[in-house]
Amino acid sequence: MSQDLLATFTEVLTEEFGIEADQVTPEATFEALGLDSLDVVELTLVLEEKTGVKLEDEELEDVRTVKDAMNKVQEKQT
Amino acid sequence: MTDVVVTGLGIISPGARGLDAAWAGALAGQTAAAVDDDLVEMGTPVTLACRVPAFDPDAELGRGSARRLDRFTHLAAIAAREAIAHAGLASEEDEQLSGADPDRTGVLFGSGIGGAETWASEYPNYLEKGPKRVSPMFVPKMLSNTAAGTVAIRSGARGPNMTVNTACAAGASAIHLGRDLIRAGAADVVIAGGVEAGVTGLAVSAFAQMGALTKNPDPATASRPFDVDRDGFVIGEGAAVVILESAEHAAARGATAYATVAGAGASADAHHATAPPEDGGGAVLAIRAAVEEAGVGLDEVDHLNAHGTSTPLNDAAEARALRAVFGDHTDRIAVSSTKGVTGHTLGAAGAIEAVFAIQAIRDGRIPPTANLVNQDPEIALDVVSGAPREQDLSTVLSTSMGFGGQNAALLLTRP
Repeated sequence: MSQDLLATFTEVLTEEFGIEADQVTPEATFEALGLDSLDVVELTLVLEEKTGVKLEDEELEDVRTVKDAMNKVQEKQT
Repeated sequence: MTDVVVTGLGIISPGARGLDAAWAGALAGQTAAAVDDDLVEMGTPVTLACRVPAFDPDAELGRGSARRLDRFTHLAAIAAREAIAHAGLASEEDEQLSGADPDRTGVLFGSGIGGAETWASEYPNYLEKGPKRVSPMFVPKMLSNTAAGTVAIRSGARGPNMTVNTACAAGASAIHLGRDLIRAGAADVVIAGGVEAGVTGLAVSAFAQMGALTKNPDPATASRPFDVDRDGFVIGEGAAVVILESAEHAAARGATAYATVAGAGASADAHHATAPPEDGGGAVLAIRAAVEEAGVGLDEVDHLNAHGTSTPLNDAAEARALRAVFGDHTDRIAVSSTKGVTGHTLGAAGAIEAVFAIQAIRDGRIPPTANLVNQDPEIALDVVSGAPREQDLSTVLSTSMGFGGQNAALLLTRP
């Protein structure tokens, strides 16, 4: 798992969503971070700007944790 | 008919936040108008605005508030929290209603525009980046009923929850309709208020294009209701909330009643999209309705917190409307427009001014009309200026007129 990608997620979740950095771990669920389904869609828009990768609605269906989302982004990057 | 009283007040007003600071600002007659850096940057034709003091929405309203809620909802939530706590219905820290049955507590807000900043910031995304880049938060942020919805979410109030739009009369209309919900038996308590956060480049440009905004570049004299040199309003932002409660409910829980909403009137000019009729036609009906409903004599009205926007048309028409209703008693009504201090806060104005009218009753002091130097000879009113006037007040009127020709009047009495 790329440390750079985790750093990107941490940056976005702290700066754009106001979440404490130490809460952002690969295992953290978005639910536990206080993000609902609208927030996760919003997150994909910000991630697209940062990574160039856009996760579509249907790709989010089984995304529960930060790691799930990171994996999806990584799959599409390669 | 059920008496409805005001048991709590909350306000975030241009230049001052909180009831005590806002009232002190009104009494001091110090204008909140200032050159607005954001407007300068956007290159709008007019760059003066009356802003509320800076605040951090995430710190005040919880994580993610800045991103999830429009500025107008931030302002509404801040004013509502203060009012609810002031009424002793909840603490400021834990906003959950404890002093009233949440299922019998309603929320009624007025707003002219709703989420103006959200429209302004999101539309360019749609145009420049495409439909797939529109934020999923856009709809819940911009809907004008989000302020009332958010106040319910934060307080737990599950009674009737509505939003009224009569443009610049919306704050007064919300208090009118909130009172009527209680009179109709639909609620014991209503959290009622007005809110607006419309200081955006688009809105300011549009108001300027209409010729509604003052061209006076000097903040110290720009908003000058009733002055012969007035030439338009200064746009403002803010929110004010009153806690309305049946007198019986207030007494049963030992709450202090600060005023009674004894009369309320509403009317339309049926005349023009933005200009009032010269004789103040529709406003006459609204004022008369408020006084008649309250059952007070015309000669009992002590003080008017006027709409007084500082536009040539409004202030003159309002003066004629008053003369038409009150005749010779007009000369004995101490008139003030607090818009010299706050500018015109659009959908918030009626609620902000209701709060100032209630404070005048509580305090026995009428705030001066800021920046009034040479009163327009066409305006034959006793306008308070220079310094606050001390006067024992028991019957106070507040008027509001919205674009679209929609008028509201509230008649507030000492309980």
